Amino acid sequence: MTSYLAGGHRLTDWLTTRDHKRIAILYAISITLFFFLGGVAAALIRLELATPQGDLVSDDTYNKLFTAHGIIMVWLFLIPSIPAVLGNFLMPLMIGARDLAFPRLNLASWYLYMAGGAIVLWALLAGGVDTGWTFYTPFSSMFSNSHVVAALSGVLVLGFSSILTGLNFIVSVHTLRAPGLGWFRLPLFVWANYATSLILVLATPVLAMTLVLVAIERLFQVGIFDPALGGDPLLFQHLFWFYSHPAVYVMVLPAMGVASEIIPCFARRPVFGYRFMAYAILAIAVIGFLVWGHHMFVSGQSMYAGMVFSLLSFLVAIPSAIKVFNWTATLYKGSIRFSAPMLYALGFVGLFTIGGLTGLFLAALALDVHLSDTYFVVAHFHYIMVGGAVMAYLGGIHFWWPKVTGRMYSETWGKVAALVIFAGFNLTFFPQYLLGYAGMPRRYHSYPEEFQLLHVLSSAGAVTLAIGYLMPLGYLAWSLRYGARAAANPWLATGLEWQTASPPPEHNFATPPVVVREPYAYTPEGP
Amino acid sequence: MNAPVLEPQFRDHAQQDFARSFGMWVFLSSELLFFGPLLFGYLYLRMQHPEATGMASRHTDMLLGTVNTAVLLTSSLCMALAGHAAEGQDRRRTVRLLALTAALGVAFLAIKGYEWHQEFDEHLFPGAGFHPSDGRDAGTVYGMELFFLLYFAATGLHALHLSIGVSACLWLIRGPRSEAVELVGLYWHFVDVVWIVLYPLLYLTLRSGG
Repeated sequence: MTSYLAGGHRLTDWLTTRDHKRIAILYAISITLFFFLGGVAAALIRLELATPQGDLVSDDTYNKLFTAHGIIMVWLFLIPSIPAVLGNFLMPLMIGARDLAFPRLNLASWYLYMAGGAIVLWALLAGGVDTGWTFYTPFSSMFSNSHVVAALSGVLVLGFSSILTGLNFIVSVHTLRAPGLGWFRLPLFVWANYATSLILVLATPVLAMTLVLVAIERLFQVGIFDPALGGDPLLFQHLFWFYSHPAVYVMVLPAMGVASEIIPCFARRPVFGYRFMAYAILAIAVIGFLVWGHHMFVSGQSMYAGMVFSLLSFLVAIPSAIKVFNWTATLYKGSIRFSAPMLYALGFVGLFTIGGLTGLFLAALALDVHLSDTYFVVAHFHYIMVGGAVMAYLGGIHFWWPKVTGRMYSETWGKVAALVIFAGFNLTFFPQYLLGYAGMPRRYHSYPEEFQLLHVLSSAGAVTLAIGYLMPLGYLAWSLRYGARAAANPWLATGLEWQTASPPPEHNFATPPVVVREPYAYTPEGP
Repeated sequence: MNAPVLEPQFRDHAQQDFARSFGMWVFLSSELLFFGPLLFGYLYLRMQHPEATGMASRHTDMLLGTVNTAVLLTSSLCMALAGHAAEGQDRRRTVRLLALTAALGVAFLAIKGYEWHQEFDEHLFPGAGFHPSDGRDAGTVYGMELFFLLYFAATGLHALHLSIGVSACLWLIRGPRSEAVELVGLYWHFVDVVWIVLYPLLYLTLRSGG
């Protein structure tokens, strides 16, 4: 059987493909471009903050830089990253299907992604947006003189792309599982992307309509969110965070799925407490819908609402902790091999733990008064989104690279890059916890001189991190031409995706697979 | 009625039909959430401006709204009958009922358009031209304007959905396969149910008293 990469080499073959694997590649290329674009904005931010004076860019430009960084990284990179790239490629393979349930819809979702990306890009190039990625009203609707409506429209279109991907995954998992593949035999990666899809389908439309209301307020000057015209800015915050908090789980649940595939494979042990891992994923997705008010503790929300949201936010730590403990227990008495994917996955677990625990600081009502809107918050969510989601995404890229491309990359370079990224990440973001605790507010382009040492450390870390992120581009690209041919199952892993050729043929399996074993049946010697 | 093509990702027709109908249900659950912020905004509006919303609501045309509710419910009945006819392989009856469904949908849109036109003439469209005849002070006018903003947004979004439904009906008439009629039927009933919620919220519940 010929691989999905053979045949149809023209651009139009790729742009009209319905093969989920090719669509995953289209997504991978697009989100990588946007990742580096968002990275350039981050680099300029860190460069500006190397000195206390606002000397590199004006305050206005600085506002536009962190807005561009936020919008690009959240909606054009993190939200689609693991689901749309790895999920697209792997979900059908992992459930033993020939494709997703709706291949045309899958391609349409990529086109919507590109259209949304183009609109956002236009808004940024035409002069930028200065509201922050959160579009808080009434600044965004009444006072900002930047291209808010264009940016909102772009994000709206990106939302439709997310919804279609989520819908496709949900229907595929329900209807296309191979014979013998019951719900509790599904890989945790599938569970994680399934739960993520529920969030995408149910939360994204709320964001879409909220953005439309902001645009209406801006265009018609009618008070929905502006208190001067009889509206209420808290109404916006409730609606915005009803999407945007669950969106954090859109970023981190798939990352947990990736770690749950890599760790058992390189510890040669079945994942500890499989059922609890699956339940924990669902619990995080469900409770994640009920904690949005913890973004509004100091915004004038009722104290009693604050107490309930604080309690619920503490509750979401329980399933998250179950997952961390279970990954750790999986390692216990394992035959651990520190391969490149394993280093990324272990890095993910450690950084996610720090990010999660500092989240509890912020969920505590009294402490949040001190920490809200400081660099402590910035450090916390970067530990979740960069330390968590991006580490796991890279781990997944390395783990499944042989399957996707049919080539092996340099293991040494892979390990070096993982370590550089881990070190650079901590150097960038750990000082930000200290800065925030000491009182450095977020979104300021100048600051008192006593903060400079920590800011310089953070900027030096950003340089290290940038080098770490550029390295895989080099050695992974190199492997495409010079890497050794990959076997069907180079890691001796148990998932169905490893039972077909590397790279897989067009409809994935020569003969439809039948599942007879429990998941993660790892032994020290082999699968 | 011609047999549908089996796409390569499905094992058999039963699996394909189930996936499509399930997909429509998932899609509708997402659709429902689109109306969420409007309903949440409405809740806020009633708490924040109770008197002004009552005054604004009395400007809506209850007679036309009620007639339209009857028209839409009848269209749903026709759609259900069309689904039944399609299942019984009665092509002629299916096509007729689909045409009737679409015609009632168009009638609803025409009546709704007339209402909007009236409201526009009475300066009830939000924005610079908003001047309700009984707006006493700025606070009341803001409340009334917010009501009409949600009114136009919700009925506008509903009308957009109905227009898509009408187009789907017309497209179905060319080759009304039973499975496709079922899918469009699900969508049509969803649009109907949304109206069943909007009608009392916008036209009825705020009228009492005052």
